[in-house]
Amino acid sequence: MSTHRSFFNRRLHSLLGVIPVGFFLLEHLWTNYHATQGAAAFEEKVNWLWGIPFLPVLEIFFIFLPLMYHGVYGLYIAFTAQNNVGNFGTFRNVMFMLQRVTGVITLIFVAIHVWQTRVQVALDGMTASELSRQTAEVLSNPVNVTLYLIGIVAAIFHFSNGMWSFLVSWGITVGPRAQRVSTWVWMGVFVILSYIGIRAMLAFTSPEFTSVLAR
Amino acid sequence: MSETATATKQKTVKFIITRQDSPDSNPFIEEFELEWRPNMTVNSSLMEIQRNPVNCKGKTVDPVSWEANCLEEVCGACSMVINGTPRQACTALVDNLSQPIHVEPMTTFPVMRDLAVDRSQMFDALKRVKAWVPIDGTHDLGPGPRMPEVDRQWRYELSKCMTCGVCLQACPNVNANSNFIGPFAVAQVDLFNNHPSGSMNKQERTEALIEDGGLQECGNSQNCVQACPKGIPLTTAIGRMNRESTKHLFRKWLSI
Repeated sequence: MSTHRSFFNRRLHSLLGVIPVGFFLLEHLWTNYHATQGAAAFEEKVNWLWGIPFLPVLEIFFIFLPLMYHGVYGLYIAFTAQNNVGNFGTFRNVMFMLQRVTGVITLIFVAIHVWQTRVQVALDGMTASELSRQTAEVLSNPVNVTLYLIGIVAAIFHFSNGMWSFLVSWGITVGPRAQRVSTWVWMGVFVILSYIGIRAMLAFTSPEFTSVLAR
Repeated sequence: MSETATATKQKTVKFIITRQDSPDSNPFIEEFELEWRPNMTVNSSLMEIQRNPVNCKGKTVDPVSWEANCLEEVCGACSMVINGTPRQACTALVDNLSQPIHVEPMTTFPVMRDLAVDRSQMFDALKRVKAWVPIDGTHDLGPGPRMPEVDRQWRYELSKCMTCGVCLQACPNVNANSNFIGPFAVAQVDLFNNHPSGSMNKQERTEALIEDGGLQECGNSQNCVQACPKGIPLTTAIGRMNRESTKHLFRKWLSI
């Protein structure tokens, strides 16, 4: 059985990337998108989430630990590969490289993002409106805006392309036609989610959002 | 006059070869210039260098060492990296290559000397996944089951594999840091699992394929299918074996 450890680890890594990490990404983008309707709509969603019973348990076992496993084992996978896009400039080989690059960027971004938002909320015992103010403050700095833009796009790319690989690795899309169709589908998902993610981020920087907070 | 001069000048072919004297020595570069001949290949050029091992500096050197056998792209022995692409030297027509022609050994494998590499890890992988049909015995087993035509067609594609090593050289996940046995081995499991008699040992092969360094090490860069000189649908075989191992995983873990 022990000789099957790497098979088990790889499949677990693949599964956790979708459930729960991928699912959480979608939920997170959806919640934040409410910021486009103003601070009140966003805070309502935040309060609803904070009302979920046993929230810290859920956060630790369904977000933090799976994310850590996916991130740490992912780093091992990323640094095991020897990229050769110079000699093989095919689309899939470029995607292979980008999957590893965006994975590393996303891990760094998530660490910063969790520190700036989730950890600060816990340390200072913030309310939902204080959280909006804190986020708007973080995003009033153009350096942070650039960082978030790169981080959000990298995370969404890693999710979309990761879904393509997930379907291959579990033997769902087997043949070249199925894999080609899957490429187009996840490319579409990447574009739509990037729009949602970037709009949500820009909402926190808009003057209307900050003026509501000031009141 | 100048046209003739240019024509005469173009009638040579330059080779930049990465050489190595022994498995442990450092690689070095040596250049050779040969007279152009119609239909010459990298393999025929290496034979020419063997006959007259004089480098660009006019110095007589040790002839370049390489492996070759069938000279018709079915044995896989003369695989090397030609202008960045791993392929067989016997079918690499010089007229189709940009010059100077860079020739290197497939460094995914241990280099023995010059362009000759040790591909025994591939044969070890085939042994590990039991890529054969075990029918040897002391008594007559009778005729085997018939094979459906669709299976025969699929198996024919996979049976073209000549263990040349090009897919391993092309794969970013086959390297010194990883123990991935390579795409070809996955396709060979699919080949023998789909043989009507071979399918009786399907479980053993699938089990061996998902041991450490097996199928799961594939990162879907899909270079193998692009690089394979025999056009074997390697990524489809990987997809099929992914499906098979998913089934295997559930079948096994839900029944013990």
